[in-house]
Amino acid sequence: MSSVDATRVMPPQEVAPQRKKATLEQQQRRWGWIFLSPWIIGFVVFTAAPIIASLIFTFTDFNLGQSEINFVGLKNWERLLNDPLALTALGVTLKFALIAVPVGILVPLGMAALLNSKALAGKPIWRTLFYLPYMVPAVSAIFVWQSFLNGQTGWLNRILRGLGIADPPNWFQDETWILQAFILIGVWGVGNAMLTMLATMQGVPTELYEAADVDGASGFTKFLRITLPLISPVIFYNLVLSVIGLMQYFEIPYIATRGTGHPGTSAYFFNMHLYKEAFTFFDMGYGATLAWLIFIIALLLTVILFVTSRRWVYYTSGD
Amino acid sequence: MATATYSKAVNTSPFYSLQLRRFAVVSLVTLLALTITVFYLMPFGNMTLLAIKSRDQIAAGVDGSILPLEPQLFNYEGEDYPVYTVPFEDGTVRELALVRKGRQTSQFVDPANPAAGLVEWAGNWRGLTAVSTIQPHFENFGEAWDIINFPRLFGNTLGIALIGMAGTLLSSICVAYAFARFPIPGKNILFLILIGTIILPRQVTLIPTYAFFATIGWTGSWLPLVVPHFFANAYNVFLLRQFFMTLPRELDEAAMIDGASPFEVLYRVIIPQSWPAIISVSLFHFIFAWNDFFGPLIYLLGKPELQPISVGVQTFNFQYGQRPELVQATSLMAMVLPLVIFFLAQRVFMRGVVITGVEK
Repeated sequence: MSSVDATRVMPPQEVAPQRKKATLEQQQRRWGWIFLSPWIIGFVVFTAAPIIASLIFTFTDFNLGQSEINFVGLKNWERLLNDPLALTALGVTLKFALIAVPVGILVPLGMAALLNSKALAGKPIWRTLFYLPYMVPAVSAIFVWQSFLNGQTGWLNRILRGLGIADPPNWFQDETWILQAFILIGVWGVGNAMLTMLATMQGVPTELYEAADVDGASGFTKFLRITLPLISPVIFYNLVLSVIGLMQYFEIPYIATRGTGHPGTSAYFFNMHLYKEAFTFFDMGYGATLAWLIFIIALLLTVILFVTSRRWVYYTSGD
Repeated sequence: MATATYSKAVNTSPFYSLQLRRFAVVSLVTLLALTITVFYLMPFGNMTLLAIKSRDQIAAGVDGSILPLEPQLFNYEGEDYPVYTVPFEDGTVRELALVRKGRQTSQFVDPANPAAGLVEWAGNWRGLTAVSTIQPHFENFGEAWDIINFPRLFGNTLGIALIGMAGTLLSSICVAYAFARFPIPGKNILFLILIGTIILPRQVTLIPTYAFFATIGWTGSWLPLVVPHFFANAYNVFLLRQFFMTLPRELDEAAMIDGASPFEVLYRVIIPQSWPAIISVSLFHFIFAWNDFFGPLIYLLGKPELQPISVGVQTFNFQYGQRPELVQATSLMAMVLPLVIFFLAQRVFMRGVVITGVEK
């Protein structure tokens, strides 16, 4: 068996080597497509077709509760522009992103810098402990933080009162503080960003720091002038992921407010509106319109990030 | 003061001062890490101590302790009496159980020596401080366990996670193998598209996918949660491909000369060398499936018998929001397995994160 195959792979005589080689290459290609096929099929069925389908849905009154589907032109888009709740929800989402994105970069950056410090004893322990909360399921994390941020009995407010703040915020019940509470929960999820930043920091060539030492640079200058530029690709990568993640933000406000977005509409995020329209009222046409709006916004933000990245992201290899 | 010691040391012995300075810096930085960690992990403490409180202990509210404290009781002749700290005129302070309350005088019994009978004490008992004792209520876990039917939730989560894991391993290994080893035309563009799906917001595919699963009657079953994983995913393919590319091609070629088909090369040569990457992918998927909330929420709506733990805990909070100690107990139960897995496999785990995050 093996000898037969061997002759096929390696022809013993030089009989038309060009043609034999071509068929081998063709064979390899065919195998390549076979191994690739799960993803190709999956991409078509679960990504490409749904994207197109959802765009088509935006022009229909498709409702899972009704059998009829009619084209309604731009009615869904018109409705969107006159849906105050949708616009409020979009505002909440963007306002939250404005705080959450910087926090989601600066906190892991600070933690990574600390873990990368030569002066830190017991690094692996701290690294594990800093990463640990990332492993807590979102559902658990929300309830843990709800107890920690409880206005009366939560430990944080006990500490704040102990520090002399007579009237600490009632986090989850207060319109102005609930988003800050979500930010705090989000700080528990920076583990991945921290690890990737740390790994890149560790890859910065030590010669650069030594050269800076010769020039008498301070630790802060070295961080600003050497570390930051060299890890900028990873910062950029985490920035893109965090913006996309925030455009999909749903679980935490949904679970924490039991789907209401209360108090008021302060925690009514865009995807909670989408969820309500699509999966409570089964209005798939309007749901798809909401989905496309957030998709366009996410795409725009990503493009803006990519365009501006040329100014500040530094690639060593020059690409 | 530290600076003073330091400057003196500089003058006398430079070597000693350098060491001292280094020690001071290390202590300061490590102390900073400790402080951050304490604050960072404090919610865990809040959760744990709340989970073992009784309803009465919680009702004490802001005046109550963070510890599960309860008034200490003493059983005297078949009745429970609260214990108070009682000061006597001769200056002694004793912890006594209050048996008979009175406005002017009250009668106490000494828990250490009940046989001595009642002790008369002059004064108003309301001015006394009650003695508290730590009384954790671990039975909360049992109660929460029964109410949410933890074994069923656990089994469902495990089932969804393991089937999906098998799917993502089978498909992602094949696709990564294709990208790492085969001369496919347009491979680089295809790979870019694959990586591009990472930054695609899921909402845009969500509604047609849901409508599709609803139309073919898959909603209300595990199928929408596991079948898509049989078609590979960008993170896993990327991680596996990076790993496969580091493997020497000579071994593949040797196997091919021996007549192995590409499937056999994958099975006999590539996979046996790739366990670290395969374990990473398995763990990532397991954690993903364990935490996944949105998928089960929409696809298993109204099917509590099929729901995984994430939705189970959330539903529990809906119904038992007035019992915070039980909600905390369920939250704790839901995070135990991911945390244990993390502690056991943190090296593999963190390396996987670094590969997918840094090399892109």
